[in-house]
Amino acid sequence: MRVISCRKISPGRAEGLALFSPAPISFFGTIDPTTSEVIEKSHPLYGQRIADKILIYPTGRGSTVGSYILYGLSKRGLAPRAIIMKEAEPIVAVGAIMSDIPLVDRPESFDFKSGLHIIVDADRGKIIIP
Amino acid sequence: MYLTNEQEAILKGEEGWAKKKCLEIIVGLGEMYGADRLIPVASTQISGVSYKTLGEYGLQWVESLAPAKAVVPSTLNPAGMDLCRWLEMGVPEDFAEKQMRVIRAYERLGVITLCSCTPYLAGFAPRFGEHVAWSESSAVCFVNSFLGARTNREGGPSALASAITGLTANYGLHLDENRKPTAVVKLSAKLGGLSDYSALGYLLGKMMQQTIPYLRGLPSLSVDEAKALSAAAAASGNLALFHAEGFTPESRAYVGEVGERFHVDDRDLKRVYEELSTIRSGKIDLVAIGCPHASLVELEAAAALLKGKKISPTTKLWFFTSLPVKVLAERLGFVDVIERAGGKVFTDCCMIVAPLEQMGFTTMAVNSAKAAVYAPTASKIDVVFTTFEKCVDIALEGRLV
Repeated sequence: MRVISCRKISPGRAEGLALFSPAPISFFGTIDPTTSEVIEKSHPLYGQRIADKILIYPTGRGSTVGSYILYGLSKRGLAPRAIIMKEAEPIVAVGAIMSDIPLVDRPESFDFKSGLHIIVDADRGKIIIP
Repeated sequence: MYLTNEQEAILKGEEGWAKKKCLEIIVGLGEMYGADRLIPVASTQISGVSYKTLGEYGLQWVESLAPAKAVVPSTLNPAGMDLCRWLEMGVPEDFAEKQMRVIRAYERLGVITLCSCTPYLAGFAPRFGEHVAWSESSAVCFVNSFLGARTNREGGPSALASAITGLTANYGLHLDENRKPTAVVKLSAKLGGLSDYSALGYLLGKMMQQTIPYLRGLPSLSVDEAKALSAAAAASGNLALFHAEGFTPESRAYVGEVGERFHVDDRDLKRVYEELSTIRSGKIDLVAIGCPHASLVELEAAAALLKGKKISPTTKLWFFTSLPVKVLAERLGFVDVIERAGGKVFTDCCMIVAPLEQMGFTTMAVNSAKAAVYAPTASKIDVVFTTFEKCVDIALEGRLV
């Protein structure tokens, strides 16, 4: 078992399978808000869905409308279960808090792979890989 | 971060779900930026009002917060249409219906439905040193720089969260140490009308990444000039504060050379007009003035140029302003002169957040670099960026002259 310390941005605890993106994600533009699919052709996760995953990516970018797009995904039941970022930014932070999605950043190590079983305990500032 | 017992209680939900979520947003941002505590705000200004930018889920979020109420004076950004004259604008009915749902949702939260990017021209001007939470980027830059109030560049949801809680986190531009100029910009360019200030703002925004400029050599800085400069600087970059020697209140504290030096001359300004215009000739569907919302001074100047003239029947000439400014312009006769010439003076909205792409426009002339930056992507429309006087000429001729 690995336990990685991190910083809480949005409270909560969630468990699921990792979807790891080495590239930044902008909720406005990268993600289709009606399916949760990555629609940006040049993106490494092109064609994959972020719904129900523990979404892991380095940083965000793009428009402030992104907060509402994340909220929209959660209203449709298509949000990721939790988000881990290298460095959070305000658009995702606000969107995650609005949507009750646990969000942590600044993990001690950023060594993740898609498919890993991960527990994010934002309240205690821990990422657990059982 | 230090939280009072009362704030802890709100986070536990003791004052309801909406207030809890709103405080979570404020605290989350504060944690992210290393704030030591929360501070009260005197007012808020909330973006995310046009249904075009807010969208269905944004609207649902705003609706979900009722029956919470704003606890400080809070106003709104422009909506996607004139709330009364939308039919005249050619706004589709289904858009208008959704737009009115947005307005009613904010109304229920006790937000003042002044829909304007220039609330400081309409009775909502923060005082020097006052902490506020504003989100319209041009107004943020204006109140920080010209008035010496203190606000970060809030997003719509965080400004709304500040309206409901009366609080923001103490970081960024709320702190003295983050307001110091970090580069000197020397101007040798001659500045004529407002569009020159807009072009200068555009250049500043592009040059200053994470930098606070100290401008030296500005010939003047009226309210309108500061408004034009702020809007363009916040649109081309992310400028939220500038100091101008001899004009802005905090500039006095920073005499002496600081940091890197830049220079702006006439050629630099001229290049902005070329760079931002996506077409060079042909018919223009819409001439739009009022980004940011036109002041009384601008409406007076327009009336003077349009008196006794008629604009081309193939072009529309639209002015956008705030409701209080329009009421005054009506009393002074400016609106009558403009509308007799075939122009329109609309309130509550602007050419960026109106659904222009659904209204049949493909080419637009503007005197605002901000409008020229956003319109091609926001509304898939070609733009010409030129002076106010040339904009009026284009409206009279119906084409680029």
